[in-house]
Amino acid sequence: MTDGPSATTPLVALNNIQKTFGAVTALRGVSIDVLPGETFALLGDNAAGKSTLMKVLTGVYQPDHGTIRMEGDAVSFPTPAVSRTAGIEMVYQDFALADNLDVRTNIFLGREPQKNIIGPLVRVIDKKKMERETNRVLERLDIPINPRLKVKRLSGGQRQAVAIGRALAFDAKLIIMDEPTANLSVAKVDKLIEVTQKLKDLGIAVIIITHRLDEAFAVADRCAVMRQGEVVGRFRMDEVTESEVAHLISQGSLDGYEAALDDAPPERRRIGSTSTPIKTDQVPTIGSDA
Amino acid sequence: MSTNTVAVMLRETKQDGPSPAMRVKHFVGDYGILIIFAIVLAFLSIAAPNFLTLDNLVNVVRQSSIIGIIALGMTFIMITAGIDLSVGSVVGLAGMVFAILAPSSGNALWIPLVAGLGVGLLVGFLSAALVVWGRVLPFLATLATMAVARTAALVLTDGQVVSGLSGPAEWLGSGFIGPIPVPVILFIVAALLCDFVLSRTKFGSHVYAIGGNEESSKKVGISVNRVLFTVYLIGGGLAAMGGLVLTARLDGAAPTAGLTYELQVIAAVVIGGTSLFGGVGTIRGTVIGVLLLGVVMNGMNLLGVSSYYQQGVQGLILALAVLLNRWKSD
Repeated sequence: MTDGPSATTPLVALNNIQKTFGAVTALRGVSIDVLPGETFALLGDNAAGKSTLMKVLTGVYQPDHGTIRMEGDAVSFPTPAVSRTAGIEMVYQDFALADNLDVRTNIFLGREPQKNIIGPLVRVIDKKKMERETNRVLERLDIPINPRLKVKRLSGGQRQAVAIGRALAFDAKLIIMDEPTANLSVAKVDKLIEVTQKLKDLGIAVIIITHRLDEAFAVADRCAVMRQGEVVGRFRMDEVTESEVAHLISQGSLDGYEAALDDAPPERRRIGSTSTPIKTDQVPTIGSDA
Repeated sequence: MSTNTVAVMLRETKQDGPSPAMRVKHFVGDYGILIIFAIVLAFLSIAAPNFLTLDNLVNVVRQSSIIGIIALGMTFIMITAGIDLSVGSVVGLAGMVFAILAPSSGNALWIPLVAGLGVGLLVGFLSAALVVWGRVLPFLATLATMAVARTAALVLTDGQVVSGLSGPAEWLGSGFIGPIPVPVILFIVAALLCDFVLSRTKFGSHVYAIGGNEESSKKVGISVNRVLFTVYLIGGGLAAMGGLVLTARLDGAAPTAGLTYELQVIAAVVIGGTSLFGGVGTIRGTVIGVLLLGVVMNGMNLLGVSSYYQQGVQGLILALAVLLNRWKSD
């Protein structure tokens, strides 16, 4: 695995994905691959194409060109439901929860388990099963929450746990997290590290969409940098620095990076605005997972 | 019925261990209306000697049953954060269609029944189309369908009253099954069905989800449009059923029947704990809201209070209920 992705069949491989909306080209032939169980950061500015790419992967958009492979097999995701059935789950930036409903109902929202009463014509929600499964899933995340608690009574971190639990409840192989700390009251990078580590232990791959470099460097094994609908760089996190990635996000290449370094005052080198220095022992490296 | 409901509610609201102050707050918040209901019942039992008789109680429920049937549908709609102002007009229009086609004109009973309910469903469909496809606010969409339905009722008979139904049609309003009036049975059956659908089925869960967060509901794959169409169809259908019962009871239909019913219905639903902002509400609560208003009206009649005061008292109860709900959710 230390030799790079070629050693394993990627869980998901997007190859040469192109997408235009009218005159606007959103994706100009994007290829990324995510290995089983790895945490992959998708970096770039607003409108770099990150969200469009993920919408192709979750079946919201159909690509004009390009292929998607899962575990080596060519697949297509004509609807979001097909993508979910294949084991790809999205954790939305706003967590997509209904505050007025309890935890178990939120976890199963839209996919409630049902049981027959008076024959197959009259079906009701199987609340006991929902509660059982909710407890199981939250235990796997090590974040116990009373399944009957209304979501409006939960903290930001607990809400995120419910949103991730929703993905886990349906045996996700890949969880896409869109700006995972954007809706947490305090920037809880520590908590995110914990959660992604847990998902890694469970063998679940994660794609983190973010523009916060400190976040990406804290949790990801590898990253791809997108700019104007193209991938302009792919790295293992231990072979690149935050400032190099920041330069790549804004300039599109590392040409002239050294010169920029010489000109810029030291504190401007780190562009992840709220970033704190990353302790090297927090950076997971490929092949280090137990 | 009320003691039963209390028992059911008591079982279902175990709290997670809040402070004693919160406990009191939750208790008063959850049972405030039941407590008021109990006080009113106790007061009337003592003050009005004729109140606590079987005949009178059956009478109260019968008088409440039309508003009650309509309020059940309104509960679904309001939980999705919608509202249906057209229900009063639907009562008038469906009742009119029913009266025109009723067996005195030589048809079998099912034809006027189906036609009356159908016209209610049609108005519900129009409201839903405006809300879902036209992206019109429910208040405005149903203000429009309210006007259209009332106009249709007036045009149908050029504003004239239609009277004289035959026996089987009248039975719907004045008949009995055993000791229980038919409208009461219809109300009870409809309430049980609605409660079942709302509290136990996937559809019911989605009704709450949409009222809580429509965007999230879309993201998790709920067919929001289909659910919204369904709730307005339920609302229109039940309003039409109310219209049929009213027509049958009065043995005739006036094009102005059901005027301002929407206000009484909305008041009853809100008193029962449903939020105008959606996401919150129960059929049990609505039934209590309807019965509370019915009992108060009945009590004031028994006590000989001038009818001038009745609307004012309704308003007071509404204000109290809204304040209770606000206090609970703070």
